[in-house]
Amino acid sequence: MQAFQFRDAGTVAQTNSTPAAAGGRIVVGENMKNHRNKLLATLALFGASLSHAEYQLNFQQPATSIAQDVYSLHMTLLWICLVIFVIVFGVMFYSIFKHRKSTGHKPADFHESVTVEVVWTVIPLLIVVAMAWQATKVVINQKNTKGADVTVKVTGYQWKWGYDYLDEGFGFHSKLATPQTQYENFGKDSQQVEKKNENYLLEVDNAMVVPVGKKVRLLLTANDVIHSWWVPAFSTKQDAIPGFIRDTWFKADRVGVYRGQCAELCGKDHGFMPIVVNVVSDEDYKKWVSEQKKKAAESADDPNKKWELADLMKRGEKVYQDNCAVCHKPDGKGMGAFPALDGSKIAKGDRSAHVGIVLAGKNAMPGWSKTLSDTEIAAVITYERNAWGNKTGDVVQPSDIKAARK
Amino acid sequence: MTTATHVTDHAHDHHDHPSGIMRWVTATNHKDIGTLYLWFAFIMFLSGGVMALCIRLELFQPGLQYFRPELFNQFTTLHGLVMVFGAIMPAFTGLANWMLPLMLGAPDMAFARMNNWSFWLLPPAAALLMISFVVPGGAAAAGWTLYAPLATQMGVGMDLTIFAIHIMGISSIMGAINIIVTILNMRAPGMTLMKMPMFAWTSLITAYLLIAVMPVLAGAVTMVLTDRHFGTNFFNAAGGGDPVLYQHIFWFFGHPEVYIMALPAFGVVSQVIPTFSRKPLFGYHSMVYATASIAILSFMVWAHHMFAVGMPVTAQLFFMYATALIAVPTGVKVFNWIATMWKGAMTFETPMLFAIGFVCLFTMGGFSGVVLSIAAVDIQLQDTYYVVAHFHYVLVAGALFSLFAAVYYWLPKWTGHMYPEGRGKVHFWWSMIAFNVTFFPMHFLGLAGMPRRIPDYATQFTEFNTMATVGAFAFGIAQVYFLFFVLLPTIKGGQKAPQRPWEGGQTLEWEVPSPAPFHTWEEPPARELVDKLSAEQKLH
Amino acid sequence: MSQTSDPGNRQILRRLLIVAVMMFGFGYALVPFYEKICSVTGINNMMKPDVMGNTQIDKTRWITVEFDSNTRHDLPWDFIPEKKKVMVHPGELVHVQYRVTNKSADKVAGQAIPSYSPALAAQYFKKLECFCFAKQTMGGQESRVMPVVFAIEPSLPKDVNTITLSYTFFMVEGATKGG
Repeated sequence: MQAFQFRDAGTVAQTNSTPAAAGGRIVVGENMKNHRNKLLATLALFGASLSHAEYQLNFQQPATSIAQDVYSLHMTLLWICLVIFVIVFGVMFYSIFKHRKSTGHKPADFHESVTVEVVWTVIPLLIVVAMAWQATKVVINQKNTKGADVTVKVTGYQWKWGYDYLDEGFGFHSKLATPQTQYENFGKDSQQVEKKNENYLLEVDNAMVVPVGKKVRLLLTANDVIHSWWVPAFSTKQDAIPGFIRDTWFKADRVGVYRGQCAELCGKDHGFMPIVVNVVSDEDYKKWVSEQKKKAAESADDPNKKWELADLMKRGEKVYQDNCAVCHKPDGKGMGAFPALDGSKIAKGDRSAHVGIVLAGKNAMPGWSKTLSDTEIAAVITYERNAWGNKTGDVVQPSDIKAARK
Repeated sequence: MTTATHVTDHAHDHHDHPSGIMRWVTATNHKDIGTLYLWFAFIMFLSGGVMALCIRLELFQPGLQYFRPELFNQFTTLHGLVMVFGAIMPAFTGLANWMLPLMLGAPDMAFARMNNWSFWLLPPAAALLMISFVVPGGAAAAGWTLYAPLATQMGVGMDLTIFAIHIMGISSIMGAINIIVTILNMRAPGMTLMKMPMFAWTSLITAYLLIAVMPVLAGAVTMVLTDRHFGTNFFNAAGGGDPVLYQHIFWFFGHPEVYIMALPAFGVVSQVIPTFSRKPLFGYHSMVYATASIAILSFMVWAHHMFAVGMPVTAQLFFMYATALIAVPTGVKVFNWIATMWKGAMTFETPMLFAIGFVCLFTMGGFSGVVLSIAAVDIQLQDTYYVVAHFHYVLVAGALFSLFAAVYYWLPKWTGHMYPEGRGKVHFWWSMIAFNVTFFPMHFLGLAGMPRRIPDYATQFTEFNTMATVGAFAFGIAQVYFLFFVLLPTIKGGQKAPQRPWEGGQTLEWEVPSPAPFHTWEEPPARELVDKLSAEQKLH
Repeated sequence: MSQTSDPGNRQILRRLLIVAVMMFGFGYALVPFYEKICSVTGINNMMKPDVMGNTQIDKTRWITVEFDSNTRHDLPWDFIPEKKKVMVHPGELVHVQYRVTNKSADKVAGQAIPSYSPALAAQYFKKLECFCFAKQTMGGQESRVMPVVFAIEPSLPKDVNTITLSYTFFMVEGATKGG
């Protein structure tokens, strides 16, 4: 079974940079010790490699003990269902083939039997209670968030995730890294469609990083609507509810990159807010934490600093791509209800009107006064006034924004 | 659709009702109203189907090809609402309208004028839903569950949807009241409750469920409406409300709603299987008890839709056990159907094929339901394509296939013509195969980790999505084939149907001529006839 | 149709209509019912001062209390706990503070909503004084320290050793201008 890797099992997926060329990988069965499954899997692998398929028939390979429990539980359920299926439909199809009028079968006359009815009520009852009983332990375990080593607060936003490392005092946002041009194919013919990244739609700019083998407790909340944080390989799914906190936990067994997605419909870009968890060694984790702390200290901008146009443009482009490009598009041409900024009256006209709209929002556009710092707003406005065809030469300083907020 | 073409045969019926369009607008005859309901449901089924095909078209390949995510979400939302409230529920109300008076020996439904009302509320509600696509901001895009606070964010399309749900809710409640009163008060002499056809029993229990839960849904959407416009804070944490409360109220309605769509299907299948097995229904009494216990249990399991919101562990366990229990009475029903077939003398006309298809696929949906009932596993599968597969197995293969079984079964009585048997079989096998090609792969997608309600997906999900899209279009074409090659030709003409087209039919509707005249059972059926039929069905 | 006037039919109709209306009311009754359930099981917040029953301090136990803070995107406030976490004994009266700064020039009102993890801790977490009991109005650029005084009931289940108290500040509608 070791030979059959799951596509999303982190490091494995990374080593296979050309999945199509690597042939099909298919997953059947979970029980590593089960030789019959191994045989079946080999056959399936053979079949799949012929068709160069890249699909999977079961859960992703578990990376936590809970996920392993869920996997085994599911396999047990599957076998029970399969046995019942074979028995029940065996009887039914036997009857369908034997008791037909065309073969001259005469209808029998019975229409009830208390014994039979009691038997087929009691047996299923025992089976379902046994199934649920088996699951009880796992349910209790899933809910046990006590004794965590690391606590991370996860906040759902439309449409990105925020991670705050409460014990360490830093946090960051994590959003889709797949370029829009890869998934927006409207009106493109097959030649124009861009080649998709290997982890198309499952890659982010800043992954969540956690240490391997440590119990990570997640505190979840949301900033706008309900989201749901889900990493299949951990079997961890928890809704993030605005105004309330919920918690859940996972303890990853192996180093690797694990990918998931938002699982609760949260509006337009629900399908575009993936989750990436980078499980690293304790040592790497410590290194990463100290880097993040340093970065956090650096990014605390001095609001009174006087910026040069070029620096503001550089900073502004990043802010623009992170926050504005979803609607106004990376090229500033806008889309549908979202107006173009390239050549717009606002971006080329009165500065204070431009600042006002960015701070307060307008129609579908949210105000950014809370989300972005003075420096970021100054940078993005400077960028919008000088990028593309808008060569106004204006420089907006953070102090201007500070003044405008008053 | 049916009596319209045969009015000439029954000119004597004509003295007390208007003709032309006014016949339908002012219809108070249960057959006319049943016909209206069934056509309305079929049109809604096709509209919802077109939305489904738009969804599948976008999901044919990774990348956004045809629809913006906003529009895609509108399609998924409206597809759900239209199919549930526009297609399946009115179709069963239509069947009940057409068949209950015939099967119970009543001259009409209890409240004929209210019956007219409850139908004519539906088209405006449907119009509101359709219009919402073209209002600013588009139709509701929060999923058919309309979860707050996403639902409070939407544009005016959400208000239209809420009004539409109100109207459809009132219509359903009036329809349900009519069904209950008809069944309780207007049965033929000698037909005790325990001698009623199974379809009447399931309709009765369904109607009670409707009266109990449709008002709760109306309450929930009204709260969303006042949260949106009148400053209430039912679901807004800022004002002391709780978004999760919406889910509790919604699913308090939503889970019984599942059985509102499934129980009448059980009733239809319980009529069809004995007829074509030429053998009485096995375990009539336990069927009745199983139906009732499913209905009661359905009120105690709602939170299994919410295992991922973070309930206390005791609640997770309670709802897990309660949900797993529903498998028992549902299993009893399946066993009873199989025992009915056992040692029968079966023939396999189209209604029987659809009924057997129902039993097979509904059981599959039941299995995935058992898997989902286990809270630990559900956490992993919640909001994935596994759930999409599960509920399409119980609603498409469950409710829809049983509706097809019903239509083929009673079409001779409605139109006076036999449908073309060969074409019916083509329709069945085509639907059966296309259905499985569409929805079976979705189990794998869900297991592998594809969330539902997403317009684009990671590349490893491509093969099964492509397969599902091909299947969906094939399924859609099968229904167009049904309309043009089975339904319309049968209405227009074809082989004359005898009064008893099916050898094994032992209920009262086969005691009136085919097509059923405009007025039936104006004189209630004779006591002897009712007793004879009950004895044949082994009802006592 | 002749049956429409049947008194039996009318009677059932009336009863069923009453049931339907009652079920509509029941939908609304679920709201206070849910709040009651939540406050008993401690799923959600309680926004009024609690009374501390048993004041016996259990010196043998340590409970870690973590403090978390959120502000909704439309509220231009910085809102941070002065301490990330404290270790307390059950029964002990504890004072903590949150620092709140209004970054805008306008007067803004906000309401904080508490939430707990684990949820069942809520019924043992007694807030005697809290800025979340009332709407808070902050002048332009104002900065303020907001206190919370709490104690944890010694009857807290033995297996709970960490409690997270999380507040989310929401803007109160219509209070933005001069409110």
